[in-house]
Amino acid sequence: MSAATSAGPGGTLTGLRRGVASALHRRPRLQLGLLLTPPLAWLGVIYLGSLAVLFLSAFWRLDPDTTQIVQEPSLVNFETLANTEVYRVIALRTIGIAAAVTITDAALAFPLAYYMARVASPRVRNLLFIAVLMPLWSSYLVRVYSWRIILSEEGPLNWLLGLVGLSGPGFGEISIWLVFSYIWLPYMILPVYAGLERIPASLLEASGDLGAHGLTTLRRVVVPLAFPAIVAGSIFTFSLTLGDYITPQLVSSTQFIGNVVYSNVGVAGNLPFAAAFATVPVMVMAVYLIGARRLGAFEAL
Amino acid sequence: MQQVASTVPSATERAPSRASVAVHLERVRKTFGEVVAVDDVDLEIRDGEFFSLLGPSGSGKTTTLRMIAGFEQPTSGRVLLHGRDVTGVPPYDRDVNTVFQDYALFPHMNVGDNVGYGLMVKGVPGKARRERVAEALRMVRLDGFERRKPNQLSGGQRQRVALARALINRPRVLLLDEPLGALDLKLREEMQIELKAIQERVGITFIYVTHDQVEALTMSDRLAVFNQGRVEQVASPADVYERPATAFVAGFVGTSNLISGDSAERIVGRRGIFTVRPEKIRLSEPGDAAHEEECTALGTVRGVAYQGSDTRYFVDLDGGLELVVTRQNLATSSMEALALKGKAVRLTWDRRHNLPVTKGGEGTEEE
Repeated sequence: MSAATSAGPGGTLTGLRRGVASALHRRPRLQLGLLLTPPLAWLGVIYLGSLAVLFLSAFWRLDPDTTQIVQEPSLVNFETLANTEVYRVIALRTIGIAAAVTITDAALAFPLAYYMARVASPRVRNLLFIAVLMPLWSSYLVRVYSWRIILSEEGPLNWLLGLVGLSGPGFGEISIWLVFSYIWLPYMILPVYAGLERIPASLLEASGDLGAHGLTTLRRVVVPLAFPAIVAGSIFTFSLTLGDYITPQLVSSTQFIGNVVYSNVGVAGNLPFAAAFATVPVMVMAVYLIGARRLGAFEAL
Repeated sequence: MQQVASTVPSATERAPSRASVAVHLERVRKTFGEVVAVDDVDLEIRDGEFFSLLGPSGSGKTTTLRMIAGFEQPTSGRVLLHGRDVTGVPPYDRDVNTVFQDYALFPHMNVGDNVGYGLMVKGVPGKARRERVAEALRMVRLDGFERRKPNQLSGGQRQRVALARALINRPRVLLLDEPLGALDLKLREEMQIELKAIQERVGITFIYVTHDQVEALTMSDRLAVFNQGRVEQVASPADVYERPATAFVAGFVGTSNLISGDSAERIVGRRGIFTVRPEKIRLSEPGDAAHEEECTALGTVRGVAYQGSDTRYFVDLDGGLELVVTRQNLATSSMEALALKGKAVRLTWDRRHNLPVTKGGEGTEEE
């Protein structure tokens, strides 16, 4: 009896589900639409929308007398940026250090990734994976603060270098470069590892078979084939450095673009100028990504 | 590259014929951990010969080839190329080139740069290099393909690029690791003929790894049959087929019937292991008489496999042995062939076709 009564509503529910399923099956476009609407809405409204507002507000200005935002299009902010020496220096410093960090990470990541992908036994490879990923388990702030301790006047680095009569870099641009290179290294190692692992062993054997020594094989076969993966990794190291403002604040007294944006949003309340300066890394990144696309980095991601 | 201009006298003396020895493996053994991949292999491959290493997968033929190329080092034993001991010498210092099973073309280079890679590494200047690349591509009938990328080529074309890339260096020995394995049957048969023709034209020693016995029989001057890391027989294709040394060779190269034990005494009249090729056996009515010099046995057709040009009959002998008989469908239709199923038959064959074999290694094809 109870089986019969429960079969009723269960049956219609199954029937309804079947009906919807087969209706969707007949209309693949509707199915696709339902699947993609939420993520596209998120991207369109929240991400691109706020980016559009950022661009728009970059052309507003702050009235210095009333400290009110004037919503009329003008190029005042960009003129200030272009004509003020200190902003040019800050922009160049940010881009320069981001580039230096990227090159450093590529140079450090390649041998390690090569070892992990092509030489190490599965056990050693797993251990190295853990070692590479472990820093990501702890907070970014903790890691930067620990570098503050390492680099400080009385810190272990100075003590160690003092043994051979040297002293550390102190708090400045070199320390920013050091800390960024450390923090973003895993983001370079992982794509380069994936890129190197994909190269068939027979290509390396073929190169040796045709008379090439190890270094020639590295230069002619391994590096060219891994290059898209290196560019893919550089997107992370470059863009993450470009947008950061915490590390420069904690391990130096110099400023990044992000620090200027931050102080204009908070202390000065000059939102339009902050927006204008923030478009600089966006533009740099756009150019960088177009270049990366040309080099095939997106196939390597 | 170091080349041995004249052959070392001792190699000439040791050679089985007047031809000098291109590759000499001396008690070569290779183990990977517990696994013995190649077990005490002795081989002499003559200069200018098309030599095949034939065997099932895991029999050690590819490992043997890789030790000649230098990708693997033997656990013990020596590898000599034209009399020079190259054991422990890296691949780039050996005068051999390899055509890989997956072709191993560099995907970031065009065909011209792939083929010219060996010359580029050796520092041959651009103009001479381009000429030789064009010449090598002409030889494999791919003239004007220099600017294509490997991913724009078909499987057969990639195969030929790989061949040109190896041959352009004019090695004294060319190693081919199942190079036709990925091609379809028709293309494979065409490439077999073409490879053989190229080998005869350039006169280089070819060492060819395959698991396809037809391929090995078609192309080779001589072949070595591998089984479980050991060489069971080294001989010409005709000898391997007509005079197999072991039960394994008989079973692996072509189909073979093994007659041993009591059956051997009853049918052949002697103790031992004998093999009879299926195409040598005649099917007839049970009442038909056999000649004195013929072996004969009665049985029942258990199964019939019609294969177009010929038919295979699986016959259970009354004494408890199964023999395979193949017959060309000269005048037989598929209906007539299939109608034999379940019928009693007499099998007869000439005594000459009883080939005595030794048991050999633990053959997979054995009863």
